[in-house]
Amino acid sequence: MRFWIILMSLLTTPAAWAAWDVNMRQGVTEISQAVYGLHMTIFWVCVAIGVVVFGVMFYSIYHHRKSRGAVSDTFHESTKLEIIWTGIPFLILVAMCVPATKVLIQMYDASDSDIDIKVVGYQWKWSYEYLGQDLGNGDNLAYFSNLSTPRAEVYNEAPKNPNYLLEVDEPLVIPANKKVRFLITANDVIHAFWVPDFAVKKDAIPGFVNEAWTIVPEPGIYRGQCAELCGEAHGYMPIVVKVVPEDEYVAWVDNKKQQIAQARGITPSVAHR
Amino acid sequence: MSNEANIQRTLRRGLVVGVLMFGFGFALVPLYDIICEVAGINGKTSTTAYQGASVVDESREVRVIFMSVNGGSMPWRFRPETTEMTVTPGKVYETAYLAENMTSRDLVAQAVPSVSPGYAAVHMNKIECFCFEQQPLAGGEDTRMPLRFMVDADLPDSVRAITLNYTLFDITDKVVGETAAR
Amino acid sequence: MSAVIDNHTHDHHGPKKGFMRWILTTNHKDIGAMYLWFSFAMFFVGGAFALVIRSELFQPGLQMVEPEFFNQMTTMHGLIMVFGAVMPAFVGLANWLIPVMIGAPDMALPRLNNWSFWLLPFSFAILLSSLFMEGGGANYGWTFYAPLSTTYAPPSVTFFIFAMHLMGVSSIMGSINIIATIFNMRAPGMTLMKMPMFVWSWLITSYLLVAVIPVLAGVITMMLMDINFGTSFFDAAGGGDPVLFQHVFWFFGHPEVYIMILPAFGIVSHIIPAFARKTLFGYSSMVYATSSIAFLSFIVWAHHMFTVGIPLVGELFFMYATMLIAVPTGVKVFNWVTTMFRGSMTFETPMLFAIAFVVLFTIGGFSGLMLAVAPADFQYHDTYFVVAHFHYVLVPGAIFAIFAAMYYWLPKMTGNMYPEWLGKLHFWLSFVGMNLTFFPMHFIGLAGMPRRIPDYNMQFADFNMVASVGAFAFGITQLIFLAVVVITIRGGKKAEAKSWEGADGLEWSLPSPAPYHSFSTPPEVK
Ligand code: HEM
Ligand SMILES: [Cu+2]
Ligand SMILES: [Cu+2]
Repeated sequence: MRFWIILMSLLTTPAAWAAWDVNMRQGVTEISQAVYGLHMTIFWVCVAIGVVVFGVMFYSIYHHRKSRGAVSDTFHESTKLEIIWTGIPFLILVAMCVPATKVLIQMYDASDSDIDIKVVGYQWKWSYEYLGQDLGNGDNLAYFSNLSTPRAEVYNEAPKNPNYLLEVDEPLVIPANKKVRFLITANDVIHAFWVPDFAVKKDAIPGFVNEAWTIVPEPGIYRGQCAELCGEAHGYMPIVVKVVPEDEYVAWVDNKKQQIAQARGITPSVAHR
Repeated sequence: MSNEANIQRTLRRGLVVGVLMFGFGFALVPLYDIICEVAGINGKTSTTAYQGASVVDESREVRVIFMSVNGGSMPWRFRPETTEMTVTPGKVYETAYLAENMTSRDLVAQAVPSVSPGYAAVHMNKIECFCFEQQPLAGGEDTRMPLRFMVDADLPDSVRAITLNYTLFDITDKVVGETAAR
Repeated sequence: MSAVIDNHTHDHHGPKKGFMRWILTTNHKDIGAMYLWFSFAMFFVGGAFALVIRSELFQPGLQMVEPEFFNQMTTMHGLIMVFGAVMPAFVGLANWLIPVMIGAPDMALPRLNNWSFWLLPFSFAILLSSLFMEGGGANYGWTFYAPLSTTYAPPSVTFFIFAMHLMGVSSIMGSINIIATIFNMRAPGMTLMKMPMFVWSWLITSYLLVAVIPVLAGVITMMLMDINFGTSFFDAAGGGDPVLFQHVFWFFGHPEVYIMILPAFGIVSHIIPAFARKTLFGYSSMVYATSSIAFLSFIVWAHHMFTVGIPLVGELFFMYATMLIAVPTGVKVFNWVTTMFRGSMTFETPMLFAIAFVVLFTIGGFSGLMLAVAPADFQYHDTYFVVAHFHYVLVPGAIFAIFAAMYYWLPKMTGNMYPEWLGKLHFWLSFVGMNLTFFPMHFIGLAGMPRRIPDYNMQFADFNMVASVGAFAFGITQLIFLAVVVITIRGGKKAEAKSWEGADGLEWSLPSPAPYHSFSTPPEVK
């Protein structure tokens, strides 16, 4: 009986703690929502199988116990049953593969993009480079993005702000409703570029380039973290993406280019293309 | 009972399997390279110059994006001459990468190419590439390293853009070590 | 009698006295016991490391340790638990039980057996000593991905590699010994399809071990060469490829995770029938399911690498294959449940652990199935969701099965019954503690917390605190088990030869405790 009670309370706790996040974030892109859909589908499939299997099991535990006078049966094999419970799960999984394959194909879409951004992982920061955005000397608009949380907050000497460890000095800026392609690689060890709200996660591997893409419909600020152990400060290289309307993006690029060119003493000889 | 003999035989067989599987671990290395080359896994391109020819496919254009990255503590300034080109599959194009040794030391570099999407790698044929050789550069010097390539007409239609990235590594220590050992 | 047995006719009348007994012993029970004690010690060491991790993660901010040391703790915890606790525990049970289950006097290769065991303390002493070396110990995760574990590793990595090699030799020798024993030492009449499930599962596990531990040895040898001899297997600068490391590692790594669960399947297949007083349902389908799991485990490895950028067809293949492996796993669960159905069940401690195994391992299987869905894995990968998954299959999976086995066979090993109330207390506290620790990790992972980080945003704080409380509860509870074992060895109610009403198998035909030499004359199996 005790076993029952504990198990049941365990299964129902998520509902009771609604204030605490228990489920995957839906995210804001078409892909992230498709992924959320897959997640929920496979979750309910598991719940359904679980209800049947554990149902039978707890029924036997309750009714077929020696203390209730149960006498054990002698049956011990049935080819028919074995075939049934090999076949049905197999079919369920085949059915599951269909939508999963569809989403995967969509994720691997290699059609052309509007904006290409080179993302490089370093121990322990990210750098972003806007391909084709020449500063005037052949170099592209590029900058590092570092964690901006003060040490005092980490060492509990100051109160932590709501974006603790998820804030950077220079966020990645991209326009809304444009197809942005991330060309991802690394300088030293393997890192992984992850923005949960876009369902984009790709490893950044030194010497190799990976790509991922996204179209973000909603302007906003989206936060992620490095998702591959990359050494000491792996937990301290967040990713912040600022999505802005297109005109704002164009203005930002011009401004940023000027700012960097000035700081580096470059006279822009080529206007931005 | 010849049990003892049987046991010894099982032991010997087990050891042989163990040794073979150890070898298999190493055999995975060339095996992986072959699979990569055939299937273009990981965006690896051929390490030797392309010899063949291809039909020209005038019906479409493909965008080629050039990218450069410095690996490790590589101190050179390294970048493509043009950031992108629009090419016709089957035609040969030429561009270059520019490198400048920002230090006063003589250094040797190795450029490692990588193509994305990975399966486009087998269709990215390099007729001439600075990545085939090590690139020495004296302190303070700069150089223009040419690249001649052709995108194969067999490239799947779904690929509208190919990224060609070079990661430049400083291999001076390795090279110096080798020559010193000789 | 055969020559093998002549090897130790001199001590036919019992063990040597004193310390040398343990160093020189070739007796399967002595060696089995040493494996089990070693594993238990490592379980506490690895557990201590886990508690360091959980106390740092109790709250956001850095309180206890620096990030660098935190990484050493996660790495060492993983390595010690996998290679030092779970695997040796199963090898120990195999040593103790296989000869008595198949009616043999001892293992086939007793001296090799001694050697296999004694490599382990040295291996783990070296591994642990690396914590005190210049630059610190292993800090690259138990999966030690290159180049973090090669070019960017602390100097102690060479000692790590050496320790892993010793451990590997020990495992390979141990498994060859098991294969040789099973093939050559069975009592007359015990055909393969009459073998107890634990023996079957270990036969298959041994094959997996002989096949993949050498691959692990290969990959660490390549690392060694990259680090010390200037090769470039995994270094892009020299034409190598860091992704190759992951392929070779997971070619070993995925079978490895099944190595840690197949013997558990075997154990549970003994205990459930015993306490349901009913024959195991679908014996032959259990054998086939186990074999197909072992076979399929060789072709699913890249499900650990969905985000490294393998091509679409590769992703699809590994997604389908991974889903396929869930089918035979499901068959096993269905067979256990059907064994309970219409049985006559009692719920002594071994059965409690076995039932918890079925339920909680299945939950781990469900999250495995979710992880198998490649597009969804893009969100789960390298988050606490994965941590929750593998702890559900390993803690209430592998470790609960080991507890169940100990409670079940302890009367046979010691001749005494353990105190049932203490066993039950151990079970219930473990059950609650374990769920409290690992269930919230699903939520933390889905909310977006990456694994292997020492500090986190406040949005993850509440469940992390719950998990840390659970971890301490679970950890302290294990002292009860230590007490149970010590109490039972020292005395208690005398166990009968057949210690459990529903127990079945040759081991129960021996007196309790089992004599020093198991079956000097082979029993006849009908
Ligand atoms: C139903 C069967 C199972 C399926 C479908 C499955 C699937 C998976 C998948 C897809 C991953 C990769 C997750 C990721 O890194 O993104 C994974 C990780 C893992 N699984 Fe399972 N799994 C199953 C059963 C098991 C069992 C029985 C064990 C061990 C006893 C196990 C141990 C692990 C471990 C240790 C990892 C994490 C390795 C790491 O990255 O550190 N799994 N599983
Ligand atoms: Cu990282
Ligand atoms: Cu796996």
